[in-house]
Amino acid sequence: MKFGIMVNEGPYQHQASDTAYQFCRAAIARGHTVQRVFFYHDGVNNASRLTEPPQDDRNVVQRWSKLAEEHGVDLVVCVAAALRRGIKDENLAPGFRISGLGQLVEVGIQADRLVVFGD
Amino acid sequence: MTTKKFMFVNRKAPYGTVYALESLEVVLITAAFDQDVSLVFMDDGVYQLKKGQQTKGIEHKNFSPTYRALEGYDIEKLYVDRESMTARSLTEDDLLVPVTVLSRDQLTSLFEEQDVVLSF
Amino acid sequence: MLHIINKSSLERGSLDSCLELIGTGTLLLIEDAVYAATRGHASSGKLSEIAAKRNVFVLVPDCEARGVADRLIEGVKAVDYGGFVDLVAENPNCHSWL
Repeated sequence: MKFGIMVNEGPYQHQASDTAYQFCRAAIARGHTVQRVFFYHDGVNNASRLTEPPQDDRNVVQRWSKLAEEHGVDLVVCVAAALRRGIKDENLAPGFRISGLGQLVEVGIQADRLVVFGD
Repeated sequence: MTTKKFMFVNRKAPYGTVYALESLEVVLITAAFDQDVSLVFMDDGVYQLKKGQQTKGIEHKNFSPTYRALEGYDIEKLYVDRESMTARSLTEDDLLVPVTVLSRDQLTSLFEEQDVVLSF
Repeated sequence: MLHIINKSSLERGSLDSCLELIGTGTLLLIEDAVYAATRGHASSGKLSEIAAKRNVFVLVPDCEARGVADRLIEGVKAVDYGGFVDLVAENPNCHSWL
């Protein structure tokens, strides 16, 4: 099955991004495809390569980048939400790209299920 | 292109958080993709449709006129949960746009027939 | 339909609103919503009633993280993240009650 994922909250503040990530990993382990993760609202902060969590904490941003690299998951950051919050191409972590809301609607149309994670 | 049934569930009040505004943005884009769009307003989400919003004092953009413009994008399925209105002492006269008021049972059926349910 | 709740029922109205509309749907409690499914919790009676008629699941890693995995009410079923994925796949659609 093909999944689309939407993440509405930033890393560390809310568990939403963590749960979404664990869901994606479990879906892939089950043989499903995660076509795209769309980051909206404060969720765009998941894409900042400037984040530096302490050594003993999980690295949320790197975790997403690795998922994109290893499993071809398309990580899309909403352009309007990103610009509002200072997320631009120059501080985008590997595997992420900035695009429009059409990418969310498109994955809603193309995927078998769209699952939303937020506050 | 495939047409799917997209439903937007609005359960949060405007201005206190950004969700109501950013939900509207997705609604408009979804309509541009020629999808079957429904909006549901329940819980504090019914306040999004309250007439008379004046945002000058908080320096936010007043996006409430957008609800009136939805019709121009062929978005005509606006549903409001009756119990949520009653709990907030609101009637249809308090709302910016004509809506269809639904009972909880009717909402249950509406939820079940959707392909994609988005909430923010 | 799969209904996903992620907030404590004593903090937000999402569980109560969802239970009004659940119909023949399935309920999954994740993150802070799992507390509602613990013995003696103010929402546990309501959940027990639903669990007698419908499928109610809790996400185990969230229960364990919060130290409540050993006090879940009867009739509630435990899933891990893989089980969460299965629930989304098995149900024709899903709604996250944010």
